[in-house]
Amino acid sequence: MSARLPAVKKAGSQDISIVKNEDFVTATIANQLFGIPVLQVQDVLGPQKITRIPLAPPEVAGSLNLRGRIVTAIDVRLRLGLPPRPADGKPVMSIVVDHKGELYSLMVDNVGEVLSLSSDDFERHPATLDPRWREISTGIYRLKETLLVVLDVSKLLNFANIEAA
Amino acid sequence: MDDLLSEFLTETNENLAVLDVELVKLEQNPNDPGLLSNIFRLVHTIKGTCGFLGLPRLESVAHAAENVLGKFRDGELHVSPYAVSLILESLDTIKGILSVLEQTEAEPPGGDQDLIDRLNAMAEGRELPKAGGAAAPAPVAAEPPPANDPDELFTPVPAHLTHTLAPVSPPPPPPPTPAPVVKAEPPAPVVEAASPPPPPPPPPRAEAQDDVRGESKESALAQQTIRVHVDLLENLMTMVSELVLTRNQLLQILRSQKDSEFAAPLQRLNHVTSELQEGVMKTRMQPIGNAWAKLPRLVRDLSHELHKKIELQMLGAETELDRQVLELIKDPLTHMVRNSGDHGLEIPAERLAAGKSETGRITLNAFHEGGHIIIEISDDGKGLALAKIKAKIIQNGLATESELAQMSDQQIQQFIFKPGFSTAAKVTSVSGRGVGMDVVKTNIEKIGGTIEMRSVEGRGTTFTIKIPLTLAIVSALIVECASERFAVPQISVIELVRAASDSEHKIERINGAPVLRLRNRLLPLVSLQNLLKLGKAEDDDKRETFIVVSQVGNYTFGIIVDRVFDTEEIVVKPVAPILRHIELFSGNTILGDGSVIMILDPNGIATASGSMGGTADNAQTSAQEVAKSARREDDKMALLLFSAGEGGPKAVPLSLVARLEDVDLNLVELSNGEPVVQYRGKLMPLVPIDPNWKIVRDKRQPVVVFADGDRSMGLVVDEIVDIVEDRLQVELGTERQGFLGSAIIANKATDVIDAGFYLTRAFKDWFGNNHESFEDDRQHRVLLVDDSPFFRNLLTPLLTVSGYDVTAVESADEALALCESGEDFDVIVSDIEMPGMSGLDFAQAVRASSRWSGTPLVALSSHAAPRDLERGRQAGFNDYVAKFDREALLFTLQQTITEKGAA
Repeated sequence: MSARLPAVKKAGSQDISIVKNEDFVTATIANQLFGIPVLQVQDVLGPQKITRIPLAPPEVAGSLNLRGRIVTAIDVRLRLGLPPRPADGKPVMSIVVDHKGELYSLMVDNVGEVLSLSSDDFERHPATLDPRWREISTGIYRLKETLLVVLDVSKLLNFANIEAA
Repeated sequence: MDDLLSEFLTETNENLAVLDVELVKLEQNPNDPGLLSNIFRLVHTIKGTCGFLGLPRLESVAHAAENVLGKFRDGELHVSPYAVSLILESLDTIKGILSVLEQTEAEPPGGDQDLIDRLNAMAEGRELPKAGGAAAPAPVAAEPPPANDPDELFTPVPAHLTHTLAPVSPPPPPPPTPAPVVKAEPPAPVVEAASPPPPPPPPPRAEAQDDVRGESKESALAQQTIRVHVDLLENLMTMVSELVLTRNQLLQILRSQKDSEFAAPLQRLNHVTSELQEGVMKTRMQPIGNAWAKLPRLVRDLSHELHKKIELQMLGAETELDRQVLELIKDPLTHMVRNSGDHGLEIPAERLAAGKSETGRITLNAFHEGGHIIIEISDDGKGLALAKIKAKIIQNGLATESELAQMSDQQIQQFIFKPGFSTAAKVTSVSGRGVGMDVVKTNIEKIGGTIEMRSVEGRGTTFTIKIPLTLAIVSALIVECASERFAVPQISVIELVRAASDSEHKIERINGAPVLRLRNRLLPLVSLQNLLKLGKAEDDDKRETFIVVSQVGNYTFGIIVDRVFDTEEIVVKPVAPILRHIELFSGNTILGDGSVIMILDPNGIATASGSMGGTADNAQTSAQEVAKSARREDDKMALLLFSAGEGGPKAVPLSLVARLEDVDLNLVELSNGEPVVQYRGKLMPLVPIDPNWKIVRDKRQPVVVFADGDRSMGLVVDEIVDIVEDRLQVELGTERQGFLGSAIIANKATDVIDAGFYLTRAFKDWFGNNHESFEDDRQHRVLLVDDSPFFRNLLTPLLTVSGYDVTAVESADEALALCESGEDFDVIVSDIEMPGMSGLDFAQAVRASSRWSGTPLVALSSHAAPRDLERGRQAGFNDYVAKFDREALLFTLQQTITEKGAA
């Protein structure tokens, strides 16, 4: 219960203005739907030529050149503790986000449409969720057919925690 | 014109323009504290700069004005229109002086006493013109007649610049004579001054013209330079950098397409971009002299404070480099010059005693060399005292004495770059605070530069700083390793070597650690593949590889890479924050083909690969420059070369070896699980060097026999290669048991065997105390003093084998410490050439001491000329033995002890 309280509050505070809709770029990783706030998204990319970075944390897939800017690619699968992407030849999609002035490309299995979701459907993540997932998501939206996990980009890119763990 | 002066003029003119406006505002709003303090600050700045540049006349005027403003600011005086006009008058005077300054580069003669007096009077609260003006020199008579005060305020104000004064004079022509306005310095073409003419309107006009001309010159200077915010330039630079990258990309595409219609315009773009880049770079370039401007003064003060005579010589002050770099090296340079003056140069008396001229010289020399700028800071002082450094190293626990003993002088000198290292005996206000060279080094490395030092004791020290011209664009070598490409900044690349098993250069391994023989030196190698954990290199000695020889400080090492491409101009971009912790990369960039590439940081590689400034010698150090290191070069000794197990050839000093045998392996028996062979009626244990050695029947195996009395031990080897006489200099130490280190012997990297280790493997008590063979009840105790760990390791087993109880120490100081702690020895064997206290001094000290004065002393040296013997005897040695003469040493010891017993 205590886990739910703040979520309700948060949803409530957003309600005060209007029943607020937030837009998310959706992505699928291992058949799970994820959402990234659309305002943080810079680009959606198809497969790119990625330069590996030796000695980097395993989640860092490498870096790539996006119109003259160097973008660090993060394999979200590994970041979530999922097995590496099966080599089935499907093209890797990436969502480029801006975090503190630096660009990061989040590698996902698939990028879907942009959804406008009502904060009514928002909920804090259940206490039973894998701690690793809990750490990097802000909450869950209940969609009709499935659940959408909202990724918290700044937490996702906070690698200090992993190293400490 | 002097840069400093023109900069001052530009800045002061700007300030004055601001002041004019501000003062007008002040008049309208007399009690605005913000305004007041701003005006005060501006005048204060002008005063301060004048003082700095040595412009006393300007300074005194500005100072007086500042006083008045100070009172305003502190609320002690009220801002009155008269006061404002007085200040404006002083500003005009300043402007006048400035214009002369601009033309002649000197202040006009004369003074402004009248104005200053009035200002002072004002500051003291002794109001006003009537008294003040009148009291002052009669002719002066102050142009502001009290009557039209109010008008005056407003007249001069709006039309600020000098020519306002001309109009000003006409309106109040009646009261005083117009001439006196001039303020008593006829020759001075000061603004309002210039002519004492009997005053019809025309002359003032003419004057005004004059002034205007002066002013227009002034603004001409102002027009030649504009002040641009550094950020703007930085931005411009970044944009140009991006443009350069894009151009590179385009050119790369063009290369793959023949006969493209884009070729011509791209060529044009190429040129324009290059020129643009050059132009923008130039905006950031400044002569290095700017960073040196303060040094003459510093050195002067230094010489007073330290009572030394110092001459500062600056060469190549016009050499230009990037402003950003300049800022960053300013402090390190100042620090190093200070160091040279304080630590480097001696006081005159010492200099004379050393046969040098009384005046010490510090030389700064800057020049361009291959895209870098080299700055040398040298002094002809006393150089670095190795003994002091060693003592300090040990005191600070940076290394042990035995580690030090294995280092070359060069390496020891590098310790001054370690944190917390200062050899100044006492902390002076000048230096010696223990923050020093390490900070300098870090700062220089931060901007991708390197610092090197050469020092000859008694002759001086030279620091060589090598820094990139600019930080924005660097040229980098593109290399490939495990199919990944990396960039190595060109500045740290000395040369490239192709290594393959069939070529002249091939990678050899010492216990797996790769080394390369390069011009008779062992170059430690680092495998980039291993370092970056890019999978295991399979079979990499066979493959063709390239070695990027790099230098960080005085540490030279090779980086093994698979391929080398060309060099490319790259723009260093910082890596993402989540990757900053990886020390091996200094940044990343985009190459011409559009791909991202990581830039390797040679400093990081050196650190990651182990000892910084440690294991390897500086390949560039010429031996004659570091004279002392030549000391052991003539120490040749006979070495037995053999091969055993993995790796290259191995060596053991021949003097330790009793015999060489060829053992029939059929005769080898096992005793207690260990192989033994019957040898001269006794069982001789066999110890293999190769741990995987197996007894193969029906074969013969060479064995190196070490003997002690009637005990002997056989070291099993694969093949006896040779006996050579060579200089033995252990180049790379090792932690591996059984090995002293590696050396170049007969032009091959060779492991030197620690015989003592294998002897104890055969007989645990080999060095033990139960030597019954000796006739005496007790063993004779021998104190062995030798700074070389090699000889200590060599002689200790030798003497122990012969029945002595050996205590080995590495310095005379340590030996004397034993004396004080109450140890007694039957005989002391000491090296002559030792760092710190030499053997001769040691002998005298021993003879002078009460406890050991009777202990026999045997000198051990490679120089056994009669003259040396004589000197040794005089110092108190009983006997003198050549270093490698084993028999003679044993004989001498025997004899010395017997003599002592008889005596």
